[in-house]
Amino acid sequence: MGKEDIEDIKEEGQQDGGQAMLSVEHLVKRFGTETILDDISFRVNPGEVLVIVGPSGCGKSTLLRCINALEDVQGGKILLNGLPVAEGGRKSPSVGTKIGMVFQSYDLFPHLNVIDNITLAPCKVLKKKRFLVEAEARELLKRVGLEGKEKSYPRELSGGQKQRVAIVRAMCMHPEILLLDEITAALDPEMVREVLEVVLDLARQGMTMLIVTHEMSFARAIATKVMMISDGHVVEEGTPEEFFTAPKTARARQFLNTFTYESVR
Amino acid sequence: MNFEVIREYLPLYQEAAVLTVKLGVLGIIFALLIGLACALVQYYKVPVIRRIVAAYIEISRNTPLMIQLFFIYYGLPKIGIRTSPEVCGVAGLAFLGGSYMAEAFRSGLNSVEAIQTESAFSLGMNRVQAFFYVILPQAAATSMPPVVANVIFLLKETSIFSAVSLMDLMFTAKDLMGIYHDTTECLFLLVVFYLIILLPVSILGSLLERRLRYAGFGA
Ligand SMILES: Nc1ncnc2c1ncn2[C@@H]1O[C@H](COP(=O)(O)OP(=O)(O)O)[C@@H](O)[C@H]1O
Ligand SMILES: [Mg+2]
Repeated sequence: MGKEDIEDIKEEGQQDGGQAMLSVEHLVKRFGTETILDDISFRVNPGEVLVIVGPSGCGKSTLLRCINALEDVQGGKILLNGLPVAEGGRKSPSVGTKIGMVFQSYDLFPHLNVIDNITLAPCKVLKKKRFLVEAEARELLKRVGLEGKEKSYPRELSGGQKQRVAIVRAMCMHPEILLLDEITAALDPEMVREVLEVVLDLARQGMTMLIVTHEMSFARAIATKVMMISDGHVVEEGTPEEFFTAPKTARARQFLNTFTYESVR
Repeated sequence: MNFEVIREYLPLYQEAAVLTVKLGVLGIIFALLIGLACALVQYYKVPVIRRIVAAYIEISRNTPLMIQLFFIYYGLPKIGIRTSPEVCGVAGLAFLGGSYMAEAFRSGLNSVEAIQTESAFSLGMNRVQAFFYVILPQAAATSMPPVVANVIFLLKETSIFSAVSLMDLMFTAKDLMGIYHDTTECLFLLVVFYLIILLPVSILGSLLERRLRYAGFGA
């Protein structure tokens, strides 16, 4: 790709004045003949926290996976700082480490202890000095309440602890944007909070994030913008106040109602 | 049991044992290489080549080593390739062992969940880094028990080398029995020598398995 092409793309990514960090334009994703995401467009600016909600199976995970170049796309563009995230079906090297992701299922490397899990990529990919990465990792582990767990193996940790390690591991690559895909969905209720507190802390520090979650009170607390997807389309987008107190669409009202219970008395 | 006879035959057995181990080890090394290559082809679903690999594995696993050796020993000269019995022995063992090792490595690779690779990619690793730092260490731990079992299996299969007139342990035992009829001593030596070769492999194997499992996954 020539320099001019890159300039072109940059300009497009920055249409209508914003300097969007992430811009998704007319994204289409199919699995076989089934269209999962149909003409999805949105922007995320630096420091924003976009929470994506929607019924199960509507394509939230698929959307994050497309942004992280884990899936090929059938149409549209995904640009990070004006540059395409994927090149020839792979995560493009220039974008490579700038997008971090934490998954719903525990994805720590089981053969490595906590500290090695965290330091592997910074050392091997960013070629950083191990002692520097390790110092940073210890600092962050302390911050998320995991001091003393450096030598533990993933199987010795609880689900909540594993997810906190996974967040620290992603953060040690210093991504510009962090994608979180239902990171508390597999956790027991009492562990949900310890993980979400860490995410709230990141938001306070100004981390740009894209969060898929079913924890509505958390979504309301952390979001700068909420987007609802249903049947492959963006059905509603707005501030958390707008979305949660006065949803514009019937589809969104119906969805939000699934989280509340009517009193039987 | 006549110890005089045993002392007399000992040097012959030693020589045969060295040959058996030498060809066995060579054959196993090639089997490991072939196995790893085949497993990688299947794991990464390399088009066309994976069909050839699949066919090879079926043929190799479903025919006896004896017949594979005969094909190499008598068949190759017919199409103008001249080989020595030693090369035939190693080639036969590698041909047979390759498919067994391929299955052992493949089961290891397949045991590593896709999310592991995706996590590695998410952390900016490329395919090669993901393979060596994330997939291989996990696959190796799972593959180790079947690989060790295959090594022992292949070392035992070397007893068929005598079929292509290699002077291995089996050949030596049969030869001496045929000439001198000291059946007890000859068989005794045969068993002892195979045990001397196989027992350390077996012990080393289980030690290695345990090390990989415990060091690897922190139990
Ligand atoms: N690898 C795949 N192959 C085929 N269909 C898939 C694949 N991954 C997801 N899907 C389908 O895409 C749809 C959206 O899935 P997903 O993005 O996981 O939904 P969500 O995360 O919103 O619950 C589902 O109908 C699912 O069955
Ligand atoms: Mg999902």
